[in-house]
Amino acid sequence: MKSLIKNVRAIDPAVSLDQVCDVLIEDGVIKEVGQSLTCDDAEILDRRGHVLIPGLVDAHVHLRDPGLEYKETIATGTKAAAHGGFTGVCSMPNTKPTTDNAAVIDYVLESAEKAHYCRVYPSGACTVGLKGEALAEIGSMVEHGAVAFTDDGRGVQSAGMMRRVMDYVKMFDKVVMSHCQDESLVGAGQVNEGVASTRLGLAGWPAAGEEIQIQRDIALSELTDCPIHIQHLTTRRGIELVQEGKKRGIKVTCEVTPHHLILCEDDIDSSYNTNLKMNPPLRTKDDNQALIDAVKDGTVDCIVTDHAPHALHEKSREFELAPFGMTGIETSLGCVLTYLVRPGHIDYNRMVELMAINPRTILRVPQVRIEPGSVADLTIFNPEEKWTVTEDDMCSKSKNSGFLGYSLVGKATDAMVGGTLTMKEGKVIG
Amino acid sequence: MFNHKHLLTIDDLSREDIMCVLEHAQMFEEVNNRPIKKLPTLRGKTICNLFLEPSTRTRGSFELAEKRLSCDSLNAGGSASSTVKGESLIDTVKTLTSMKVDMFIVRHKYAGTPALVAQNTTASVIDAGDGKHEHPTQALLDLYTIWKAKGSFDGLKVGIVGDIAHSRVAGSLVPALKKMGAEVTLIAPATLLPARPDVLGADRVTPHFDEVLPDLDVVYMLRIQMERIEEAPFPSLREYNLLYGLTEARDKSMKEDAIICHPGPINRGVELDSYMADSSRSVIVDQVFSGVCVRMALIYLLLGGAQNEVSHKKCASN
Repeated sequence: MKSLIKNVRAIDPAVSLDQVCDVLIEDGVIKEVGQSLTCDDAEILDRRGHVLIPGLVDAHVHLRDPGLEYKETIATGTKAAAHGGFTGVCSMPNTKPTTDNAAVIDYVLESAEKAHYCRVYPSGACTVGLKGEALAEIGSMVEHGAVAFTDDGRGVQSAGMMRRVMDYVKMFDKVVMSHCQDESLVGAGQVNEGVASTRLGLAGWPAAGEEIQIQRDIALSELTDCPIHIQHLTTRRGIELVQEGKKRGIKVTCEVTPHHLILCEDDIDSSYNTNLKMNPPLRTKDDNQALIDAVKDGTVDCIVTDHAPHALHEKSREFELAPFGMTGIETSLGCVLTYLVRPGHIDYNRMVELMAINPRTILRVPQVRIEPGSVADLTIFNPEEKWTVTEDDMCSKSKNSGFLGYSLVGKATDAMVGGTLTMKEGKVIG
Repeated sequence: MFNHKHLLTIDDLSREDIMCVLEHAQMFEEVNNRPIKKLPTLRGKTICNLFLEPSTRTRGSFELAEKRLSCDSLNAGGSASSTVKGESLIDTVKTLTSMKVDMFIVRHKYAGTPALVAQNTTASVIDAGDGKHEHPTQALLDLYTIWKAKGSFDGLKVGIVGDIAHSRVAGSLVPALKKMGAEVTLIAPATLLPARPDVLGADRVTPHFDEVLPDLDVVYMLRIQMERIEEAPFPSLREYNLLYGLTEARDKSMKEDAIICHPGPINRGVELDSYMADSSRSVIVDQVFSGVCVRMALIYLLLGGAQNEVSHKKCASN
């Protein structure tokens, strides 16, 4: 199986590559990068005007499988990932049963292999049943392929328990990823505490409810020397805390989502659109700006989607009864290209760091380079393609996107995992 | 010209719209004082009272308003409703809509429900109280009561006292009073204030009742909503009464012509002492009567009674 990508602008800051060239892929690896390459028995992909980058990895995805297959399955979730141009995703453990033991890790990996749309790097739960009470079998999950540990969906409420988790995870050279939410402060919070909660008459989810645990977990990282990754950070103060931690040499990294970069509490109007109900919630315009600045200055390590599929019947109801979260893996690249690259906040090199290189570093999975010998996990996108986000254009089983109706510029056209095309000319293969 | 299909939030109404409602309410007040309190105006119209949260006075007030306009009423919700059997609200609304209902009156403990109903029906919708969000018909009946007692809103000093954070009444009343030109002070302990009271439009916020009481023309006491307070936001009912209760002792520091309002039901001895509740300052009973008049006016205006009237007059003059 050989592929020859012709006339594509190949960009990979890790090898200082940015030029229009041809890339030959053979036996799952990049064989050659150069000008005017030919190969008689290769599938030719002429991608003039397109951009080739190391395959995108989303470090925060809810595949909902096992147990919540009516929202998403590993097959539909990874198909959606391929459709969004991703070649790898890190799955979250809040499945039913919880991904808190080796058997569920095996199930996730086997199902992903069978579906064959993208790589799945499973995360395991820190505590049994995400209850924050007892350590999960982290060691055996590592042996079976878990790449990171998190109780995502909840924060570990007790500082003592979190410390134990971090002490334990450190032994395996893995990262703890933290969903920061102090439940005693956040309570039944629905939207950002402030203008939105007052205007809409909904319980507030205060910024401090997130920032307190960010601060705590950075302190615990310092105490335990375990790497900590702050998930879906949303506030200006949260960014400052991470900046401060990094400056002091603490092993802290963080991620932001396209929706927290682009949308804010003002977007939740009197129509009470439940697709904009998020945890943590959409914050203020000022927070949007702080996150964008932090993406530019390097404080933010990666962009993830927190892809959170929910069935139509769950979202089509009273705002306070609807579940938190929106899908995102099929709109992520388009959003980043439209709202960060096009206005000049970041360039393609930085985008590749945020969406391909750094996620792999944080998850401690092998890097991909656009150079001979590297595994051919690759993404190709058309930076000029104009498109509108519609339900019909989604492979995910759920359509709860907060970006429905948005016009985006730039879309993934092809994706390749280990040399095999998973998407070609915008159509997912298989 | 009053041109609305729904009343989902007080923001939907302009100052002129509100005056239009109040003037129509005055008209209907006259009807309510007749021995035969009924008009044939909306004969043939069907209104569904979709009350998904317990309510006595609001529901009764709406039902009477409907009956006195000759509407047919359908009561849905409560413990026998299909929502209890697990039907989604949207399905309930679609089902009722298909029976050719002309208007839904919606009460629910969740904010934004009237908007959700309006998105899923061709009928008109009136918000009869949604969670901690709004209660626009309460605000309108309050305005009507104050208007009758005071004659005008301009420069009127209104103090709203108590649980602002959990109050849908305040959510509608503050913006409504501001729209009409009144000056609004919120008086509450910090634990009973929303995150951003300024967003509601209040001119002033203070925890010190006694400092502002002597200036107020209208003292609007909110109910301490025991059922909606998750964790006690004040030490005891005794202390609440001490700091924020309208007690006999506070009567002396009030303006001579100041009036007392309360949306009901009253917790006597907590936010309002009996002496005050039953005093000549109290317009609480008037508020209840205003409710029927204002709701008749709103239903009439929203269901196009006014338009019919106009065309009818035209016919007559031809």
